[in-house]
Amino acid sequence: MSRHPVTTAARTEAPVTTTYREALREAHRDALRSDPRVFLLGEDVGRYGGSFAVSLGLLEEFGEERVRDTPLSESAFTGAGIGAALRGLRPIVEIMTVNFSLLALDQIVNNAATLRHMSGGQLSVPLVIRMTTGAGRQLAAQHSHSLEGWYASIPGIRVLAPATLEDARGMLAPALADPDPVVIFEHGSLYNLSGTLPVDPVAVDISTAAVRRSGTDVTLIAYAGGLGKALEAADALATEGISAEVIDLRVLRPLDDATITASVSRTHRAVVVDEAWRTGSLAAEVVARIVEQAFYELDAPVERVCGAEVPVPYPHHLEEAALPQVVDVVAAAHRAVGARA
Amino acid sequence: MTEELFVELFTGLLREMIRIRRFEETCAELYSATRIRGFLHLCIGEEAVAVGVVGALSDVDAVVSTYREHGHALARGVPMEAVMAEMFGRSTGCSGGRGGSMHLFDATRRFYGGNAIVAGGLPVAVGLALADHLTSDPAVTVCLFGDGAFAEGEFHESANLAALWHLPVLFCCENNRYAMGTALAREHAATDLATRAAGYGMVAWAVDGMDVLAVREATERALAYVRDSGQPCFLELRTYRFRAHSMYDPDRYRSKDEINRWKELDPIPALAARLVDQELMPAHDVEQWMAGVEGEVDAEIAAAVAAADAAPLEPVEHLTRFVTTEPGDARPGVRAS
Repeated sequence: MSRHPVTTAARTEAPVTTTYREALREAHRDALRSDPRVFLLGEDVGRYGGSFAVSLGLLEEFGEERVRDTPLSESAFTGAGIGAALRGLRPIVEIMTVNFSLLALDQIVNNAATLRHMSGGQLSVPLVIRMTTGAGRQLAAQHSHSLEGWYASIPGIRVLAPATLEDARGMLAPALADPDPVVIFEHGSLYNLSGTLPVDPVAVDISTAAVRRSGTDVTLIAYAGGLGKALEAADALATEGISAEVIDLRVLRPLDDATITASVSRTHRAVVVDEAWRTGSLAAEVVARIVEQAFYELDAPVERVCGAEVPVPYPHHLEEAALPQVVDVVAAAHRAVGARA
Repeated sequence: MTEELFVELFTGLLREMIRIRRFEETCAELYSATRIRGFLHLCIGEEAVAVGVVGALSDVDAVVSTYREHGHALARGVPMEAVMAEMFGRSTGCSGGRGGSMHLFDATRRFYGGNAIVAGGLPVAVGLALADHLTSDPAVTVCLFGDGAFAEGEFHESANLAALWHLPVLFCCENNRYAMGTALAREHAATDLATRAAGYGMVAWAVDGMDVLAVREATERALAYVRDSGQPCFLELRTYRFRAHSMYDPDRYRSKDEINRWKELDPIPALAARLVDQELMPAHDVEQWMAGVEGEVDAEIAAAVAAADAAPLEPVEHLTRFVTTEPGDARPGVRAS
């Protein structure tokens, strides 16, 4: 059940043009303004303005105590966020990329996700950890991996992946209101995504998947950087008379089984798009759940479009080849639809 | 200080060390009898650190500890019954039975574990102190860890961060000379840990960790310094564990001679001797008093074991409780700022 129901009140003011990056920044500004317990810490979040410029200008507005530059000590500053959260504050820890978060994995897995249970419910860790994920910018193998599926396997944390301006703007507030740790993955290719948003933020939930496009013939399931590709693939399929429904997972843990199952029960075919490596991926989990929960609704084997099992290479053509592309999603949908009984 | 106050201080420290020693000995027996399971790490020999450090704290201070933390928890005032019930995996345990020996928690006493990842508690301690700093709370966060943790990156990251941000953390390195089975000189290129910690711009010094009076005095000085300056401080408490690393450890890596030499420094008889040497109590009175304390402590332990034995197990239906917060869950660990 949604803890943060979507607000549908009509807006009167004209929408504003913005970007994913600016939407995230506004969400931070709101949080810092409205709650004195909130503070941001991470590498280069202050004077540099954020390595992806999300926090640009926040130091000037909120000062060094609340926008804290940290040393390159992922484990210590993530753990410091955990400790401050234990004490009742609402820290936002920014880790530059998911690749670097491996240096903080002990704190995230062994402490943030574990302390509540291990203490018999005595402790709460109301912490938000944000990090960039994903490839597509020729940054090679140590800056391009999609490890969010690993995090999605950990009990005790909530995992979010905003793929739209609305979610970039709206997910932080409910994440901060969550009494447990929330990890937010921002896909590196999305920061410059532009569009319009209402002047007043629209409340979003952090518990459900969203149907981004309705369709009847096949369900394309994607998240983060994969959503745009799935939507493009749906456009292409529409020109051929194939009606694709597109689901944005949004919440990678806990997965919204109901939305996925309901869609597949209508379309009877599914394609899961995931930039991460296929083996043991989030896509594998989604497929397993479809098979467990909607096996008799399926008219075709579930398709997966995943990243190639290779450390992401630097040259553009090889990187492109390693990642799911629109044409791959279309081809998978063709296979699914072609296998119709 | 008057003579009466000295006697009160000495006997208070001695009593608490005896209490921890007897508790640990009982745990070893209960482990052999398969009543306690999992890993069990005893602090026998290191009681002066638990009593000298933790006993010097005030209620507002926080403690972050390791998996060898029974003594720290008892010295912090976590009820013995709750600690024993935790070892038995009972729902009345101080962590609801979910943690066991290595994960003792007591949020109301600001005892934050019970961390079994070596050095894993240190960043959390820095964060607790950061929250105190941000909310102008005068508390000090004390984190206890061993010489093994000093080799972990998390120690060095945490020491740097606490010093850089001027946070009220008291780092207490319980140097018992072995990282599990690896001797200090085989794990550290430079074995003077206090000197190395001072390299982070912290006040740091080494203390005889077998002398509870020295540990107590150093801790009081360090706490006063941290409270007054808002800066972190580092104590290296040189101590020794008389028992093996854990109940699984055959203790092949050190000689009986070495162990026996350290046993001559046993903090309990050492303090008892000082009562006599400083003419605070005649030898015969000390013996009698100690026998009395042992009787009282044994009765407390027996009651704790009986209570743990009689305590309920958590119903299996509650298996997934406390993984995430459920509607209506109390959140006693979180204090509004």
